[in-house]
Amino acid sequence: MKTILEIARRETILFFDSLIAYVLLAVFLGFSGFFTWLYGSDVFFSGQASLKSFFTSAYWILFLFIPALTMRAISEERKTGTLELLLTKPVTDWQVVVGKYLSVMALVAVALALTLPYYFTVWVLGSIDHGATLMGYFGLLLMSSALAGIGIFMSSLTNNQIVAFISSLMVGIFFILVFDVVAQQMFGVAGVIINYISMTGHFDSISRGVLDTRDLVYFFSITFLGLYLAGTSLSKRNIID
Amino acid sequence: MSIRLENVTRLYGNKPAVDGISFEVKTGEIVGFLGPNGAGKTTTMKMITGYLAPNSGSVSINGIQVWDNPQKVKLMTGYLPENNPLYLDMFVTDYLEYVAALQQVPKDKTGARVREMVAVCGIDREKHKKIGELSKGYRQRVGLAQALIHDPGILVLDEPTTGLDPNQIIEIRNLIKEAGLEKTVILSTHILSEVEALSDRILIIHEGKIVADGTPDELKRASSEGIAVRVKLESESSPSAVAKTLSGIGGVTGVEVIDEKGLYIVSGGDRGLNREIFSLAVKNNWVLLEMSTQETRLEDIFKELTKN
Repeated sequence: MKTILEIARRETILFFDSLIAYVLLAVFLGFSGFFTWLYGSDVFFSGQASLKSFFTSAYWILFLFIPALTMRAISEERKTGTLELLLTKPVTDWQVVVGKYLSVMALVAVALALTLPYYFTVWVLGSIDHGATLMGYFGLLLMSSALAGIGIFMSSLTNNQIVAFISSLMVGIFFILVFDVVAQQMFGVAGVIINYISMTGHFDSISRGVLDTRDLVYFFSITFLGLYLAGTSLSKRNIID
Repeated sequence: MSIRLENVTRLYGNKPAVDGISFEVKTGEIVGFLGPNGAGKTTTMKMITGYLAPNSGSVSINGIQVWDNPQKVKLMTGYLPENNPLYLDMFVTDYLEYVAALQQVPKDKTGARVREMVAVCGIDREKHKKIGELSKGYRQRVGLAQALIHDPGILVLDEPTTGLDPNQIIEIRNLIKEAGLEKTVILSTHILSEVEALSDRILIIHEGKIVADGTPDELKRASSEGIAVRVKLESESSPSAVAKTLSGIGGVTGVEVIDEKGLYIVSGGDRGLNREIFSLAVKNNWVLLEMSTQETRLEDIFKELTKN
C-alpha cells in the first residue's frame, strides 16, 4: 500500500510539475463554466436551482479530459524504458497500475472540487436539492473512475501516447454513446444487456439522486476490469507457453 | 551475495535469445559479461533482475529463486539498465528519494542515504537540477546513484559506459570499482579494455551460449593463438633467408615477414622464444634493433570465439 501511494504521489506531482494539470484544469473549468452559466440550457435558462446543466457538460468534458490524463500513464514509461527500471524495484505490476489510477483520480477530484463554488452559488440562488447534487458529483467520480480504468488499459497496450489517447476515446464513446443508441433500436434480452453496458443510464440514475447497487457494481466492475487488464498487459512479457 | 544461473533459456518467439546458460558469480566478484550485440547479454541481465522470467532453468540470488520471491530479490539488487532510462522531468534529489522509498529505505535514513549517494557519485553540483538538464555523464552518475541507493549486495550494470566521452568513461569506471569493492557486480559491455580494467572474471556469450569463462589470463592462456615475438633486425642476407633460418628453432610454428627488417615469429606453448632468437642472431651476426613479445590480446580471443 505504501508503494502504491508513493507511485501515486510521484505521478500526481508530475502532473503539476509538467503543467499538464494546469492546462487540463483550465480547460475543464472553462468549458464546464461556459456551459453551466453562459450558454445553451444553462442554469438561468432552466430556471431551476439545479446543477443539471453542469453535470451534463462535465460528463462530456470528462470524457475527453480523462483519456488526456491517462494516455501517458504507461505508454510513456514503456517508450523511455523507465518501466523496466520501475518493475525491477520491489514493485508489482499491479501496484504500478493502481498507483497511476489513483493519481488520475486525484486530479479529477481536484477538478471537481474546484467547481464547488458553482454549487454554493446555486445554493444561494434558490433551494437546491443537496442530495441530488452530491450524488451528481459522486456519479461524475464513478464515471471518471471507469474511464480511467479504460484509459490506463489502453495506455498499457502501446508505447505511443497518441494511439493510447485515440483508442481510449474510441472505447469510451462506445460506453457513453454507441451502446445507448444501439440499445434503443433493440428489443428483448440483447437490448437489456446492451442498455446495462451503456454508461449513460447508470450515470443518469445516480445524478437524479438514486443510489442503486447495480450502478455501483457497474462502475466498479469496469474500473477493476480496466486495471486488471492493464496489469495483465504489463505481465504479458512473462507469459510463457 | 551470489548469483547462480542453471540451464537458463529464454525464447523470443521460437528463437532462443539465451540458450541453456549456466554460470555462477560468487560473493564480491566483479564479472564482465562480454558478447557481440544481440548475443543475449541484456536478456540475461533482465532475468537476473526479475524483469523477465526464464522459459526454463533457474535463476537464484543468494539461494533464493528470483521467480519465487521477486520482491525480496529486488531489494537486494541494484540495476542500471541499458541506455539508462530516467524520469527526465524530475529533480535529481526528488528522484533519488522516490527510488529510496520504492526500495523501502526507512524514512529517517532516506535523507542521509541520498546525501551519501550524491557525494559518492559526484553529483553535488547538479543535485538541484532536473535530470533532463544534465549531460550524459551526469545522467549516468544519477543512474548509478539510484542503483546504489539501498546499498544492495548485487549490482547489475548493462553497458554502463556506452556513449560517454573518454574522461567520463574513466570516471564511471572508477565509481564502479569503488562501489564494487564490497558488492557482487555483473557488468556487460562490448568494450574489451573495460573488462580488463574492471573485472576479475570474464564471461563471453555468443548466440545465447557461454563460450568462455575465466580470468583474463586464463582466457589468454587457453587461446590457440600462441605467442608471437616481433623482431626487427639488420642482416646481410635477404629477409626470406632470415625467416628460413629462424623457423629452424624448435617450437616455432610460423614465421611471417612483415617488411625489409621486421619479422613475426609465432610459437605454440606458453612462452616466447626470445632467448633462442637472440642467440641465433648473435651466431649469424644479425643486428637486433627491436624485439618484443606480442601478447595475445583479448580482442583476438573475442574475435575467435564469436565469429560465425
